[in-house]
Amino acid sequence: MQIIKDKQIVDDSWSYVADDAELKDGDISVSLARWKKDKQQLLKSTNKVGVRIGPADSVEDIAADLKDIPLIELDFPAFADGRIFSHAWLLRGRYHYQDEIRATGHFMPDQVFYLSRVGVNAFSLEKTEDLPAALSTLNDFSVNYQKSIC
Amino acid sequence: MYQYNDTDQTLVDQRVAQFRRQTESFLKGDISDDQFRALRLMNGVYIQTHAPMLRIAGPYGLLNSRQFRKLAHIARTYDKNYCHFTTRQNVQFNWPQLEKIPDILEELASVQMHAIQTSGNCLRNTSSDHLAGVCIDEIEDPRPYCEIIRQWTTLHPEFAYLPRKFKIAVSGAKLDRAATQFHDIGLHLVNNDAGEVGFRVLVGGGLGRTPIIGQVIKPYLEKKHLLSYLEAILRIYNLFGRRDNKYKARIKILVKESGLEKFSELVEKEWLLIRDNLELDSNYITTIKAQFAPPAYETDAAQDTRFAQHQLENQAFATWVKYNTADHKVPGYRAVFLSLKAPDSPPGDITDMQLDAVADLADLYSFGEIRSTHRQNLIFADVKQADLFVLWQQLDILKLATANIGTATDMICCPGLDFCSLANAGSIGIAKEINAALDDLDYIHDIGEIKINMSGCMNGCAHQSVGHIGILGVDKKGAEWYQLTLGGSSENEAAIGERLGPAVAKDQVTQAITTILDVYIKHRLDDESFLNMVKRVGINPFKEQVYANN
Repeated sequence: MQIIKDKQIVDDSWSYVADDAELKDGDISVSLARWKKDKQQLLKSTNKVGVRIGPADSVEDIAADLKDIPLIELDFPAFADGRIFSHAWLLRGRYHYQDEIRATGHFMPDQVFYLSRVGVNAFSLEKTEDLPAALSTLNDFSVNYQKSIC
Repeated sequence: MYQYNDTDQTLVDQRVAQFRRQTESFLKGDISDDQFRALRLMNGVYIQTHAPMLRIAGPYGLLNSRQFRKLAHIARTYDKNYCHFTTRQNVQFNWPQLEKIPDILEELASVQMHAIQTSGNCLRNTSSDHLAGVCIDEIEDPRPYCEIIRQWTTLHPEFAYLPRKFKIAVSGAKLDRAATQFHDIGLHLVNNDAGEVGFRVLVGGGLGRTPIIGQVIKPYLEKKHLLSYLEAILRIYNLFGRRDNKYKARIKILVKESGLEKFSELVEKEWLLIRDNLELDSNYITTIKAQFAPPAYETDAAQDTRFAQHQLENQAFATWVKYNTADHKVPGYRAVFLSLKAPDSPPGDITDMQLDAVADLADLYSFGEIRSTHRQNLIFADVKQADLFVLWQQLDILKLATANIGTATDMICCPGLDFCSLANAGSIGIAKEINAALDDLDYIHDIGEIKINMSGCMNGCAHQSVGHIGILGVDKKGAEWYQLTLGGSSENEAAIGERLGPAVAKDQVTQAITTILDVYIKHRLDDESFLNMVKRVGINPFKEQVYANN
């Protein structure tokens, strides 16, 4: 599976483990609910563990744990759910999260540019054939009125 | 007026290229209907009953003659020789072809215009007082702040997928001509106790299905904090506004359901965390203000005596001056309304020939600038009194001098069932019928100031709920019916109209309106306005007559 990360198309090794599935080896991400429930166990794991956040989750809930989390996935249930954009901004702008923020789920290649401007640096698209087009949208604009955050 | 710098022009040009690519992808089938819908709406493209509709931004209502000539060219080349001015100071074309819209946007970009964020669930075009900078009751010119907000809202990456559309209006005068109390955010320039000028911030106002008057969330905000405060409100709305039901998704519902106190707390907390990083630089404000410096007014304009003479000699001219011009802060100048409400023309419509002619007249008589108003008319803001007579004669030839501004035939009217896919009922036809019934200008002038607003559906694009008389088209078992309301107002003493009674059938609407006007004439005291009379007597005297035969 390939994704866009830091403006490159790269191979990706992370996989999401659903709440009702067994944990597995390798780099995994889990839901915020599972993270909160099994945090101690997950922190002891030799795997890297990322956390997947949905639009209805509160970023504040995870602020204190961010130093232990190498990946935050922001998951779109539908492309129009703009809460994701504020979550990304809060992670970078308020909580100064430095590691990977990745957009996942149902979002459009045409949203990659705005997402990049609020701090998302990795993109797992629904269709991998869209990766080159999505990457090129990062060059749609050479000027902006607002500060970007990254 | 504001002139684009390299950044502005580059951004608009690149937006055109982006939309061209998106449109091509859609036409090739690479983007779904649903996805393209979101993208096209943020470029002003609706799919209407007959064809796409393109809504172009009139930044706080300010346009110039070059832009008018471009609109005329677009009307001729890509549309059916006309366009339509809206209640939020924008311009609409009703008949463009989708595949040509990128070309139209490119034409617009060549004259510093665009259609960015004129629809969709995003930050919309900021609107303002159509007499900004020239009116006699101004605290401070709101346009520089409108421009600052225009720049901040344009392609704002965090707030492009809001729960619902979001509209901001700014007023700088004592009389609120920008309906700030009926916007998602209303900003009113005010003096504080120390005499400094800042913003009173209102939130949660809106029209549409659930009309609500905005509430004051910040009685006084320093100018330097303008953008941080807007950002705080937007972030709270983006995170907590309802997304489960589009009819409950506007910020007014969030404010109502959480209560102003709780909502304010959230905003205040957010604002305190961001405000120091988002202060407006005073040099930036000064630079933008410089773009709105007054034009080179002639200092001896008031010495002209022909203006007074012409009014004495020509009653029609005097009447036009009374109704279609407004006081100006500079002696010897007046602001001139160009009525887009000629009896035989759909409200707000203007032809390509009129657009070109208006551009020429603007160059001759008003520093090349033209404004659009909330009631779908145009304004030359800076006309010397000595020029008024000849201007009036030329506007009269163009059918733009109907002396009806602020009167019963200066109706606001949405496109209705004739064009709009949302509409339940026609509106243009009813407007025409009412116009025909009120064809006596003396009678109209005797009635005086009255605002009749008519929408073809609950979405209320023509702001019927704040009309002194509101007319709302509804569908009843496949037939077009009309609900009437009385006593609405979008000005300082904002009010939502009260429903008169059961909806009336289509062929009864005009009769009902003339009956209401007759009741007013019969019962008014001295020079009491229609709105004041409704406030005094309530709706019953009107109700009794309108429903007398049922």
